[in-house]
Amino acid sequence: MLISRRVMIASVATAAAAHALPAMAQKKYDTGASDKEIVFGHTGPYSGPASAYGTIGKAIQAYVAKVNDDGGVNGRKLKMITYDDGYSPPKMVEMVRRLVEQDEVLFLFNTLGTPTNTAIHKYVNAKKVPHLFVATGATKWGDPKNFPWTMGWQPNYQTEGKIYAQYILDNKPDAKIGILYQNDDYGKDYLHGFEEGLGEKGRKLIVSKLSYEVTDPTIDSQIVSLKGSGADTFFNITTPKFAAQAIRKSADIEWKPLHFLNNVSASVGSVLTPAGLDKSVGIITALYAKDPTDPQWANDKGYQDWLAWMNKYYPEGDKKDTFNVFGYNVAYTLVAALKQAGDNLTRENVMKQAASLKNLEVPMLLPGIKVSTSATDFYPIEQEQLAKFNGKVFELFGKVYGN
Amino acid sequence: MTSNQAAAPLATPLAKPATSWVTTGIFIAVLFALPYLLPVVLPELEGIITLKANFMIFQFTLVIIYAIAILGLNIVTGYSGQISLGHGAFYAIGAYTAAVLMDKLDVPYWATVPVSGALCMVVGFLFGLPALRLTGHYLALATFALALAVPQLLKYKHIEWLTGGVQGIVILKPDAPFGIKFMNADQWLYYFCLFVACIMFWLAMNLIRGRFGRAMIAIRDHPIAAEAMGVNNAMVKSMAFGISAAYTGVAGALGAIAIAFVAPDSFTVFLSISFLVGLVIGGLASISGAIFGAIFIQFVPNIADSISKAAPWAIYGMFLIAAVYVMPTGAAGLVRRLRG
Repeated sequence: MLISRRVMIASVATAAAAHALPAMAQKKYDTGASDKEIVFGHTGPYSGPASAYGTIGKAIQAYVAKVNDDGGVNGRKLKMITYDDGYSPPKMVEMVRRLVEQDEVLFLFNTLGTPTNTAIHKYVNAKKVPHLFVATGATKWGDPKNFPWTMGWQPNYQTEGKIYAQYILDNKPDAKIGILYQNDDYGKDYLHGFEEGLGEKGRKLIVSKLSYEVTDPTIDSQIVSLKGSGADTFFNITTPKFAAQAIRKSADIEWKPLHFLNNVSASVGSVLTPAGLDKSVGIITALYAKDPTDPQWANDKGYQDWLAWMNKYYPEGDKKDTFNVFGYNVAYTLVAALKQAGDNLTRENVMKQAASLKNLEVPMLLPGIKVSTSATDFYPIEQEQLAKFNGKVFELFGKVYGN
Repeated sequence: MTSNQAAAPLATPLAKPATSWVTTGIFIAVLFALPYLLPVVLPELEGIITLKANFMIFQFTLVIIYAIAILGLNIVTGYSGQISLGHGAFYAIGAYTAAVLMDKLDVPYWATVPVSGALCMVVGFLFGLPALRLTGHYLALATFALALAVPQLLKYKHIEWLTGGVQGIVILKPDAPFGIKFMNADQWLYYFCLFVACIMFWLAMNLIRGRFGRAMIAIRDHPIAAEAMGVNNAMVKSMAFGISAAYTGVAGALGAIAIAFVAPDSFTVFLSISFLVGLVIGGLASISGAIFGAIFIQFVPNIADSISKAAPWAIYGMFLIAAVYVMPTGAAGLVRRLRG
């Protein structure tokens, strides 16, 4: 009996040891990862025509500093290598090749811009380098079948277009819709989603559909003909400068449609203020993140944490700038995916974990909006909530749209 | 850029052909050996600098491409004395020609290069005919307008089916031909560009030393005297502009193949300015100067970026001022002076 018990203990111990071994061996690393750190690459337009977005890269860096001060991710420090791409596709190709081939990063994160990311899309997928949470809303970043190494983050333009369509069908089924869109992939993406959301029947509600070139000096004539078409609902797919012109012009000619403004231009500071706050009352947009200037978040834990982080790690940053919220949120998402990856820091697993985020709550996203991905769903944020401008801020109303 | 200053250096390469041929030969040999030297040399430097061979080869490919473009600009600005701020436009046209041919018509990449050159030559010549009636600063402004216009024209609605609009065109990067195993795509592309560059430099040298080159220089130094000697000023200037545009177009085509993507945002005014910077840094009216200029515009922005993220262009500016101060006749001028 005694012997057999000893044998049993020994065999249990051996079994335990045998179990422990594979657990040790599960520490797997690809280039850029080690026991001490995780090296990842980023490029952003710190100079050039889109340098307003440069602050996103700085915010991400500030967030990385905070994560490292708090002990890193699973005991590993994050190391971010970031280069200036000047929003130029050739420069982007050069810098991304430098990150992948010379700096040997584990993955690329939040590289910014639609043309720039298009330039490296094939390359990163051929090299099998995770290309995570890119900073552009184009729909093509969620195509796991053809591009399994690239993933977007923010709600894509088509999703947003569908939300407005849904709202119109629910609340104003007899609308006469006029559309103004920028003639490029961004404008067409919105338009496509909107028309798809309206469906076969709803599409008949569209009475006028006009476009403009980003190079046009004004869009006054388009606004006049939209009014002339008898439209009582206006979907305004324009970038900030044109959005402000559209709001002002329609007020000037006393055209007062139900006005939907795309999220791209939903900025009180840079669009509604120059257009005239009184002229902007009633404009509806879709939001997914908390606006740092909105007083309703003053006592919100997520906002207070964000503010404390801004004060400590990025004091020179503009606290009114929504891009600093963007950088914070997207970096938060990344850290969540890396935590999930545990000690298996191969490129394959990083991609797999990024594609298995389940109902992740991100502190500066609107309540109820969660980040979810799967092997077939490479669109992390697909929910937005409508908000109406009341003369001071965008006031959220209604349900959270999307799935 | 007074005419006297630029004229003097030209005499040197003509006076010492023997040594210049030897150095040129060594230089080309080194360039050809580079993809095989780098993997040998770089591990030796491990720890001092960490550079990976393939990426370096890609960067040197860009250097070669820029050198061809700068050489083109040198023909019109350095030798025939016309300031152009618009060569980025020809670079864009060359790049788009190559991309469209490869994307829409499945033309092999190597065949797009001469087509791009020829098309840019025609466009450059036609643009040159009226524009070159303008002189000096006025021509600079007219070409500047061209550089501003082209990226926007590429987005034009009615040619979007061809150019891909703002989205641009993604093309496939060529692999080494005949199933060559010992060369990867980057190395092959490097040799391909180097081969094209050798031809372009050889042609330029012959052009400059021939009748046409003398006519250009004569026009630059004294247009009235040139005319009196029977040089058809308008024709020579337009042709010089056309040839120059062809060089830049060839460079653009190679650039498109190397980057494997074209988009209007790739060809901003800044590209044209970069070429001019490379030209002045390398040395006006100097063939070898184009290489130094290309090295400058390829590497110095990266160095500046690594020194300061906050103000990389301020650092770049300091480098630029220092370079102009130390080498008033460009890098090529400095080399000549050192040689005595």
